Amino acid sequence: MKIFDYVRPATIVEAVAAAAEPGAAYLAGGTNLLDLMKGGITQPRRLVDVDHLPGLEAIEQLADGGVWIGARVRNADLAHDAAFARRFPAVAEALLSGASAQLRNAATVGGNLLQRTRCADFYDVASACNKRQPGAGCEARGGDTRLHAVLGWTESCIATNPSDFCVPLVALDAVVEIAGKTIGGKVGHRDVPLESFHHLPGDTPERESVLEPGELIVAMRLPAEAAGFSAHARYLKVRERTSYAFAVVSTAAALRIESGTITEARIALGGVALKPWRARAAEAMLVGAAPDDAAVRRTAEAALADARPSGDNAFKIELARRIVTRALSLAAVGTPDRVPALPASPFAPVP
Amino acid sequence: MSLSISLTVNGVARDIPVDDPRVTLLDLLRERLDLTGTKKGCDRGQCGACTVLVDGRRINSCLALALSCDGAHVHTIEGVAQGDVLHPVQAAFIAHDALQCGFCTPGQIMSAIGLLREGQAGDDPERVREGMSGTLCRCGAYAGITDAVLDAQQALGETGREQAA
Repeated sequence: MKIFDYVRPATIVEAVAAAAEPGAAYLAGGTNLLDLMKGGITQPRRLVDVDHLPGLEAIEQLADGGVWIGARVRNADLAHDAAFARRFPAVAEALLSGASAQLRNAATVGGNLLQRTRCADFYDVASACNKRQPGAGCEARGGDTRLHAVLGWTESCIATNPSDFCVPLVALDAVVEIAGKTIGGKVGHRDVPLESFHHLPGDTPERESVLEPGELIVAMRLPAEAAGFSAHARYLKVRERTSYAFAVVSTAAALRIESGTITEARIALGGVALKPWRARAAEAMLVGAAPDDAAVRRTAEAALADARPSGDNAFKIELARRIVTRALSLAAVGTPDRVPALPASPFAPVP
Repeated sequence: MSLSISLTVNGVARDIPVDDPRVTLLDLLRERLDLTGTKKGCDRGQCGACTVLVDGRRINSCLALALSCDGAHVHTIEGVAQGDVLHPVQAAFIAHDALQCGFCTPGQIMSAIGLLREGQAGDDPERVREGMSGTLCRCGAYAGITDAVLDAQQALGETGREQAA
């Protein structure tokens, strides 16, 4: 690991100023960043430790019915917050299906959004990677591509976003609160819908999100409407072992059902693209339908209509269709009272 | 660079100089404080051998910068027994033969203590297995580990769990 300066700001103003310099990186839970630094994949010259900043560790109900989640809230604390889990059960299930208990105790809400891809060629500094070194080429292409993208990829990058948390969040219209440039002694703030927060690779896979240098995620908001899906919401995730593994494919499915008819649907997929993938066209097909097998299968077909393999991974397209089908069917049955013992597992005995 | 941090390690408050910002909590414990019970397996957050409690919560100490832990209470395997009296989780691991080579055992025990404090698993073996999945045992003592955790939980009872560490 390369040597770096360590600074611990006391306020957001100080943090943003300290991180504005080139080569600076924010440190929060450290669960991804330190791993990347040990591997030489990222080599910040300065770490700005925001893990002690006051005011960012609360979960607050908003007057309009929404919820505000500070960027420093730990993944485990959010998942186990009873009021939050009751209103947003698919988010809690996604969180509990990710990583391990130790990592969930350290990893933060803000950091989860900024997780880097787990593409093996990105992690291997001896491999060419356009994301790591713009213009270097992509050695993943033509290599071991089983787990790579089937949606939104380009010749320059076929990596996927590894987050579970972001999948139900994007389905539920989460908004990211960002602090940035200081103007007249005050920190600038902007809101960005999570759906537009991450970039698809295009020709610039090194640009992963809308964050500008020095900008800091301070919170995440879910709107009041998102709680309207609490009775019919699931997150399902196929992985290569039942616990402590990233998604091969995953999906969040949330429905509003009145008198046996779907009045609103939300669908997003994980593990298929470089961003959490919202399937809006598929959602629209369910409105006014009964949640029967035929409607659910049609919807799953539509969700993957634009998918194409980026290598030896055509199986992921069919797998994703099936997991969307299963998640919608289970969501229609109803959210379980408690997150199942094996969160998000399609093989769990509990529905 | 001369920086220093305050840590309470197994109940003892200490001021510790940190001469290099790259030092992780794991390396600090092992190399600077001679607490070598906490093991370094993968050093990348994948194996869980380095699990310790920080402010009562289990984390991977290999992925925590020592400097960022300033002010924290750290519990390691060295601090769980009371003199010659084993912690109930330690005793249960022995009773259930929940180890073979023993390298992962400190991490397993600290993870189990953290799990019991979290109080999410109840007496459901499936939830215990899921909750313990962050610490790998390549000898494959998982069945014994699950039984040991369930037994220790019973032995500790409700109040004991909160004070497990």
